[in-house]
Amino acid sequence: MNRTVLDLWVGFFVAIGIAALLFLALKVGNLSSANFAETYVLQAKFDNIGGLKVRGPVKSAGVVVGRVANIHFDPATYEAVVSMNVDTRYRFPKDTFASILTSGLLGEQYIGLDVGGDEKMLKPGDVIAKTQSAVVLEKLISQFLFNKASEGPEKK
Amino acid sequence: MDKVQGFLVGLGSRVTDRLWRLGFAARFFVMLLVYSGQTFLRPHLLLREIWFSGVLSLIIILVSGLFVGLVLGLQGYDTLQRYGSSEALGVLVALSLVRELGPVVAGLLFASRAGSAVTAEIGLMKATEQLKAMDMMAVNPLARVVAPRFWGGVISMPLLAALFSMMGVFGGYLIGVVFIGVDEGAFWSQMQSSVDFREDVLNGIIKSFVFGIAVSLIAVFEGYDSIPTAEGVSRAITRTVVTSALAILALDFVLTSFMFRSL
Repeated sequence: MNRTVLDLWVGFFVAIGIAALLFLALKVGNLSSANFAETYVLQAKFDNIGGLKVRGPVKSAGVVVGRVANIHFDPATYEAVVSMNVDTRYRFPKDTFASILTSGLLGEQYIGLDVGGDEKMLKPGDVIAKTQSAVVLEKLISQFLFNKASEGPEKK
Repeated sequence: MDKVQGFLVGLGSRVTDRLWRLGFAARFFVMLLVYSGQTFLRPHLLLREIWFSGVLSLIIILVSGLFVGLVLGLQGYDTLQRYGSSEALGVLVALSLVRELGPVVAGLLFASRAGSAVTAEIGLMKATEQLKAMDMMAVNPLARVVAPRFWGGVISMPLLAALFSMMGVFGGYLIGVVFIGVDEGAFWSQMQSSVDFREDVLNGIIKSFVFGIAVSLIAVFEGYDSIPTAEGVSRAITRTVVTSALAILALDFVLTSFMFRSL
């Protein structure tokens, strides 16, 4: 069996096809950055999670350090319990503050971790004590309107 | 009364005929899989078919992918800039190509470019009794003729769909970044943060693989089952293109409803 020109063309075709797949995986998708090698679980309870979704990012100082693994409702305390997978390279102090923030005006919601000054670190499976719920825009506007109304008519 | 009876008889024979064909197609598929082991033992047969249905489809796939990307870039920018979020152009172009347009449009093009040719080839082989002659020489036409064409199509299709998506993203980049002037960093970084490998890219590849199986099976079956006359072969080719297009769109709906259910 000899090599033919046809083999060359098929080889070329398969090579650029696989190159296109790699391009889609690495350049278009986020295969290279999205998956953390090893993670540990942290939990946090919120009164209101707003529009937070599973697989949403967990950021500290703007850097993605983990992803939301699971969200469920706790029927005993009527709170939302959010489990996060956080990269094992990053440890956070006991008094870390978890808040639900929005990226941009219309962007997706994420969990922001504001680091405290405690010496002790959170262990895998720990619950973050200090949390702040998502800001619900309607509540904010109604609060603003009530404040305006209680101020009374402006003096001229 | 006679008219009613005639209508019922006609309807019944049509339904039976369709069912018969469907059953034959299913048996044909099973036999095809049984005999395809020999295909991989004789790779030069397979290579020729990949060349035929893959390499020769490259030009049409690349050019139409580029144009689809260019149009997506223009249309997407026009709509997005009204909401002041033209940086999301990359997300729009990449997601629509990787999830839907890449596999579906590449599949439709593949069916009309390569599927119809395979049907014509096998149909003409049948019409000129080459398949029968092979059978007489104890060469199984399923293993020698049909299976390589089937697997050639199945292997080519995902690669072609990936190339289509890649060219589309490049077209969107050309329009968005090079001509209109959307920020290049935002274009790529927003795309990368919203396109998930498993959720979007891998599901698109699975889609194109399924479409490849469907189109190749329809093409080889219509050729093999065609009436061995000039008219019969031409009808078989028409049926290949029509049935493949319908199968791709219907399968796309089914697969999408399974894959993106969380939306």
